[in-house]
Amino acid sequence: MSSRRQSATRREGASLSRTQLRDRYHAWLQHHRLSAAQSLLKVVENPGASLLTWLVIGIALALPVGLNVALENAARLGGNWDSPAQVSLFLHDGLGDERSAEFARELGERQDLASVRFVSRQAALAEFTALSGFGDILASLDKNPLPHLVLATPVETLDESAITDLREELGALPEVAEAVLDMDWLRRLHSILELSQRLVLLVGGMLVLGVVLILGNTIRLAIESRRDEIVVVKLVGGSNAFVRRPFLYTGLWCGVGGGLLAGLLVEAGLWSLREPVGRLAALYESPFYLSGLGVMGILNLLLFGGALGLAGAWLAVSRHLADIEPR
Amino acid sequence: MISFDRVGKRYAEGFDALREISLDIARDELVFLTGHSGAGKSTLLRLIMLMDRPTRGRVLIDGRDLAQVKARGVPRHRRDIGVVFQNHQLLFDRSVFDNVALPLVIAGYDFREIGRRVRAALDKVGLLASERALPMTLSGGEQQRVGIARAVVGRPRILLADEPTGNLDPALSAEIMQLFEAFNQVGVTVLIASHDLALISRLHHRIITLRQGRLVSGSAQ
Repeated sequence: MSSRRQSATRREGASLSRTQLRDRYHAWLQHHRLSAAQSLLKVVENPGASLLTWLVIGIALALPVGLNVALENAARLGGNWDSPAQVSLFLHDGLGDERSAEFARELGERQDLASVRFVSRQAALAEFTALSGFGDILASLDKNPLPHLVLATPVETLDESAITDLREELGALPEVAEAVLDMDWLRRLHSILELSQRLVLLVGGMLVLGVVLILGNTIRLAIESRRDEIVVVKLVGGSNAFVRRPFLYTGLWCGVGGGLLAGLLVEAGLWSLREPVGRLAALYESPFYLSGLGVMGILNLLLFGGALGLAGAWLAVSRHLADIEPR
Repeated sequence: MISFDRVGKRYAEGFDALREISLDIARDELVFLTGHSGAGKSTLLRLIMLMDRPTRGRVLIDGRDLAQVKARGVPRHRRDIGVVFQNHQLLFDRSVFDNVALPLVIAGYDFREIGRRVRAALDKVGLLASERALPMTLSGGEQQRVGIARAVVGRPRILLADEPTGNLDPALSAEIMQLFEAFNQVGVTVLIASHDLALISRLHHRIITLRQGRLVSGSAQ
């Protein structure tokens, strides 16, 4: 017998036990709104416990995010220094002072060199004496051990391989004893940055896993503490999805709150570093400044936190909710 | 409306809670289910609301074999059945109104409709004035009436009650039974498990008696 005919046989009221599809959609939407609001209310009503959860998640997220921001800044710094790669040309011993200066002038006319600086062996010795503190030892030498030096800076449009080719070309000139390209340290910096990025990714991955587990545990405790309620809801016909919903929203709010705190922690850390970094950059006459997450970065962090929250909640809910059946 | 066809229920420990139970309850009936504790009353109710499945035989509700109801369909099946529990099963951190509204929220009714229906149900059990109270502040009889209001608020076709007067004094028990009779009069099939023979024998309804899982009397009208 259909429910419609049945309700007609009822003496009181019309049964709506089979609600229409549209009504069911509205009901579904309504319960989502209700679950979202109620679980948010629960989070807000226990500020102490919620703040602790948020802090745990926030710190766990802030670590990799903060490291990543630091790395991005370092990469930017490395990028600033990318272009003025310098080729140091050590000239042959036998080359006289005048011939050497002449050679430097000739180099200065090349199109692929932005600037050329000639450092005579006497100037180099003076500089070295002043900077190294080995003045006495150097003074006791009867002969200047340093060669003439030409510092050649390629034009900015050259890329790394072109600069390497240029170094070989310059090294092959008869006046040049040795051509040294000062890009090794830059390459080292880049590979250190790459390695660090990999490490941050690894540490971040582990911390993210930790966050999911922490959230899963938080939701598991929430499920345990509301076990009686779940039983009652199931007794009066609540489906698993119905029971699951508030817990998923709880996870979402925990994650979003954690993401927000992580963003604030990173921004606070950067803020506290900004002044000393600015001073240091000023000392090096560099326009470098620390860049932070920005609004989009924080929004992304909120989304990411929310996603982690949902994942953790789903983990807990799928493992523990089905076990709770009315007995 | 409710049919048992040679139903047996054996628990994992080898204990037979029900053996060869066959009975029929018609749509407009109010039936008492009695017997000592452990006779199988609760098990029989649990089979109807699919908290358990029979080991043998068939349970039919409105002609439909409950074996066809898969796990996914159990919540919907339960929404069509109102249940009153001996220990009330109320949520003590929510108001009387919210407790009674729960089945309607689950079924997805509109808020205004929920308010209307909850107040109608509370009015029927005489607790309209207490809608904002917490269940803890109510007496045992009042809590049981909140449980009844929750059981009927979704206008189920079947109302089950497991020892609904278990902890109540005789006067209150009689009041509760009158409530069930009132619901039966508007077309709800009512099945009440009770061992209060003195009370139920005064009420002139069919009494099904179980003893050690077997049906002793009252299998048919």
